[in-house]
Amino acid sequence: MAASVTLPGQVPASKRVAKAATGESGVVRWILIGTALIFLGVFIFLPLGIVFSQAFAKGVGTYWDSLRQPDALAAIRLTLLAAGIAVPLNLVFGVAAAWAIGKFRFKGRSLLITLIDLPLSVSPVVSGLIYVLLFGLQGLLGPWLIRHDLQVIFAVPGIVLATIFVTFPFIARELIPLVEAQGQEEEEAALALGASGWQTFFRVSLPNIKWGLLYGVILCNARAMGEFGAVSVVSGHIRGRTNTMPLHIEILYNEYQFAAAFAVASLLAMLALTTLVVKSIVEWRGRRQLVRSARQIEEEQYS
Amino acid sequence: MSIKAQNIVKKFGHFHALDNVNLEIPSGELVALLGPSGSGKTTLLRIIAGLEFADSGNVLFDDQDITDRTARDRRVGFVFQHYALFRHMTVFENIAFGLKVRPRKFRPSKEQINAKVHELLKLIQLKNLANRYPSQLSGGQRQRVALARALAVEPSVLLLDEPFGSLDAKVRLELRRWLRQLHDEVHITSVFVTHDQDEALEVSDRVAVMNEGRIEQVGSPDDVYHQPSTPFVYNFLGNVNLFHGRIDEEQTTVPDASAGELIYARPHLLEIHRQPNGAAHFRATIKHINSAGPLVKIEAVAEWGESVHVEMSQEKFRDLQLVKNEAVFIVPRETKIFQKKVV
Repeated sequence: MAASVTLPGQVPASKRVAKAATGESGVVRWILIGTALIFLGVFIFLPLGIVFSQAFAKGVGTYWDSLRQPDALAAIRLTLLAAGIAVPLNLVFGVAAAWAIGKFRFKGRSLLITLIDLPLSVSPVVSGLIYVLLFGLQGLLGPWLIRHDLQVIFAVPGIVLATIFVTFPFIARELIPLVEAQGQEEEEAALALGASGWQTFFRVSLPNIKWGLLYGVILCNARAMGEFGAVSVVSGHIRGRTNTMPLHIEILYNEYQFAAAFAVASLLAMLALTTLVVKSIVEWRGRRQLVRSARQIEEEQYS
Repeated sequence: MSIKAQNIVKKFGHFHALDNVNLEIPSGELVALLGPSGSGKTTLLRIIAGLEFADSGNVLFDDQDITDRTARDRRVGFVFQHYALFRHMTVFENIAFGLKVRPRKFRPSKEQINAKVHELLKLIQLKNLANRYPSQLSGGQRQRVALARALAVEPSVLLLDEPFGSLDAKVRLELRRWLRQLHDEVHITSVFVTHDQDEALEVSDRVAVMNEGRIEQVGSPDDVYHQPSTPFVYNFLGNVNLFHGRIDEEQTTVPDASAGELIYARPHLLEIHRQPNGAAHFRATIKHINSAGPLVKIEAVAEWGESVHVEMSQEKFRDLQLVKNEAVFIVPRETKIFQKKVV
């Protein structure tokens, strides 16, 4: 190997400043990063810190006591129940809708896409009111429900319905682009190889969307547990019976029980943090699979 | 197993993908469906596979009507242009898939599946890559895995959709020879779709040339190349010069656009001479010479202004020592004449 010779007028490669065409100068970069960090600090980290500091303001004992209150426990149970029903149902709906939209061209397809987005674009309060107008005493189906002794509004079914409505876009939205991009060839291959429809679904289709699906479930779950507006309208705020965690927090807060309110709020915040961590792990694992395979290919090419 | 497609019609909206197609494929043959894109060749293949259903017409396997059977029940091996390997499964799992999804009654034991997959891995020469994922394979390797996966279920027919379409030229050549060898060993009735005439002529026992949803000609590679039955076939199988002219008893008059004959001449069947040698000829001027490759390709302008392509061997080119802008005489050694279709 010949020693490198620097010709006059040429800058050695090592001394040249590596700068992409879209690169910014140092000052601009720091201003951008600084702005983002300050913003994050003021609007996210500070409130989050306050939630926890307020929760423990009167000591750990008070913290536990406020969580063990019967009303608090009831609220936690109800939140888990609503999410426990809404998430699986939306899972089924999301996969089915993504399938229909991603794989087939049919009349009303774009209408369906728009409708899926509806809960995201409508104010949650309106979503709740829709159910009151449908199932409430003066509502469309109200008289019929009363005759059959069924209570939807101001009861658990209404809360579950409102939660389902508000959270149903999340899984479908996550899956539609994924399903669309993957096309149909793998499924066709499976069918031609003799697999049944279900076998194809469980062995080929589902594994191909599993990370996207998991991501959608996480988002859906977070929203289901945190939903306030729609649930507030249909719940009726009956303590120990129709209060979910967010509603319970509001009541405690309005009664100046700050420590108790923040204790329950810290649970929800914890849930959010856990969700974020799980989401990051999911993303990281999905990406790692890609990176790993790319690296192996590279190793082969150079070995 | 022999395949028969009878009076197949398939429309996509207003587009006639297949217009009354009839095709018979004897047992054990390797047949190419050759045609430009949009000619319906892939649609026909997918209808044979049961991945698509014809609007009317029948598909018969060994004279048994299987038109209404789904792909699952037809026992075909299908190889997709873009491989369609299961991306979350290893090479081994991909190949084993067809055996593993069989109903319990017909499912081979784990050991049998193992043995079968290893036998196939040996066949496709990828024995040491059993645990790789598709994303870790090259295009050629993926295509071979796709083929092994299709063969694992011991299909009665093997259908390949542009099997080498997305590979680079070198791998393509290698793989198509390998496919021919494989077919000679396994002898399974096979149909493959291609738009590459060289591929079709080199690999297949018979070629079905398709155009605009119809089959133009079916025959051995030799037949379709040397005895094309339509101008389209002549045109599609190799380079061609087309002259409009009139043929009287003794004389061919070119050009004559109003006349009823189309005169085709392959570039390598035109000779260039410095002097007229008594044979029928026309004058031309050499415009461009490309001598890179096994043949020298010459573009000339005929006396009536149309450009003419001529191909000759390197030796001949050296003997003649042609130069650009030289005036020469072109003698057609062999032409093919078709009547112009009355529209």
